[in-house]
Amino acid sequence: MDDWGIRVIFEGQNFARLIMGLAVSLRIALVSVIVSAVGGVIVGLLMTSNRLIIRWICRLYLEVIRIVPILVWLFAFYFGVTKVFHVHLSAEIASDIVFSLWGIAEMGDLVRGAVTSMPKHQLESGLAVGLTRLQVYRYVVIPQAVRRLLPAAINLLTRMIKTTSLVVLIGVVEVLKIGQQIIEVSILKTPTASFWIYAVIFFLYFIVCWPISLYSKKLERKWQS
Amino acid sequence: MKNDASKNVLNVKNLRKFYGTDEVLHGIDLEVERGEVVVVLGPSGCGKSTFLRCLNGLEEIQQGEIQLNGQTINTDATKWHLVRQKIGMVFQSYDLFPHMTILENVLLGPLKAQKRARSEAEEQAEKLLDRVGLLGKKDAYPSQLSGGQKQRVAIVRALCMNPEIMLFDEVTASLDPEMVREVLDVMQELAKQGMTMVIVTHEMGFARSVADRIVFVDGGKIIESSAPEEFFTNPQTDRARKFLNIFEFSAGKEFVQKKAVI
Repeated sequence: MDDWGIRVIFEGQNFARLIMGLAVSLRIALVSVIVSAVGGVIVGLLMTSNRLIIRWICRLYLEVIRIVPILVWLFAFYFGVTKVFHVHLSAEIASDIVFSLWGIAEMGDLVRGAVTSMPKHQLESGLAVGLTRLQVYRYVVIPQAVRRLLPAAINLLTRMIKTTSLVVLIGVVEVLKIGQQIIEVSILKTPTASFWIYAVIFFLYFIVCWPISLYSKKLERKWQS
Repeated sequence: MKNDASKNVLNVKNLRKFYGTDEVLHGIDLEVERGEVVVVLGPSGCGKSTFLRCLNGLEEIQQGEIQLNGQTINTDATKWHLVRQKIGMVFQSYDLFPHMTILENVLLGPLKAQKRARSEAEEQAEKLLDRVGLLGKKDAYPSQLSGGQKQRVAIVRALCMNPEIMLFDEVTASLDPEMVREVLDVMQELAKQGMTMVIVTHEMGFARSVADRIVFVDGGKIIESSAPEEFFTNPQTDRARKFLNIFEFSAGKEFVQKKAVI
């Protein structure tokens, strides 16, 4: 290793800027996750509706979001929608929208799976002790569905966090972009700058996602007993 | 001799149920007096479980009347969740709520549906759990209990609502033979204490000893209705005779032994 390339991390504002870039990515992820949690439950329950047309529309929505790559959606929204509807969308808002739509679809599918995999008898047992349908959902169905979907939901959360790195391609200045800027500036003086900067970025993503999945394992174990 | 209908806990008149155009229950009439134990027997698929589920509104009926304590309960305006508080039902697949402790399972109905005070409900729940010998398990989770224990908890859960009548839908059918007895013992004690019960079962020995009346159903119709001794020793109809023959033939010694035990 030549002359202490690692110092590039600590030069000037580099590290602080990387953290700020991470904050941008995380903000997009956070907004999308919150919207997806709420919207996903609604869509998921709609997917269990008795009306064929409602199920159909939800299914179509889910499949379209899944088939088209997220990057294409980002481009379509940021470059396409804004031109066609003459609406000005910042790259970050466009990212919020795309990730929210994606998250709602995926979460909706998870919720649908968790609810439909519940044995019908649980619902009937609840009704048989005199609970209203709403009460059965609240005390029996939903608590169990939440436990059932937690692992997959956490997995979706970490996937969303990681996929936010794509937004660099529509010009959002997040951690990856800032990393590239730092490297451009430092590469002449410190040839190994790219290694170290990307190492930091790896580490940052890891330190965000790993505790989340650890926490989810802890919750799973608690509910298992 | 017709019972005075108003003394009956349950009155069913001409109950007909269709699945689409398929008629599965062809005009069933049944009267159950207070404190009476009616056991419904019949071959598989004859509609006995469906009939039971119609009584507490889990299945819809297309024609006929169901009266609980003289009040018609199968109207369009019926609030079934209120009616179900008076009709306790225990299912074959026990279905305790796996994310709650035993005590919480038992208390869910009384606290949330009947809105009773926690201390009072808890007292009753613990008393009932004690009676079936499961008070020590009140903080355990259903996954930690055996099938027989779970079923006994399911019975306690239904009892804690203070129902007027209890319905049992083949509650021992999924249990290992050793556990069947502990559940039947609970049901027998319940009957002795005067609970009005309608039981669907395949346990012939149990039926014979606990029933006040046997109702034999086949093809969605009540074929025969008589006192247990009469039914088992001298069935009136061919269908009933054939049904009992099956059990005597394959059970053979077993059937006679069951008789001796009772």
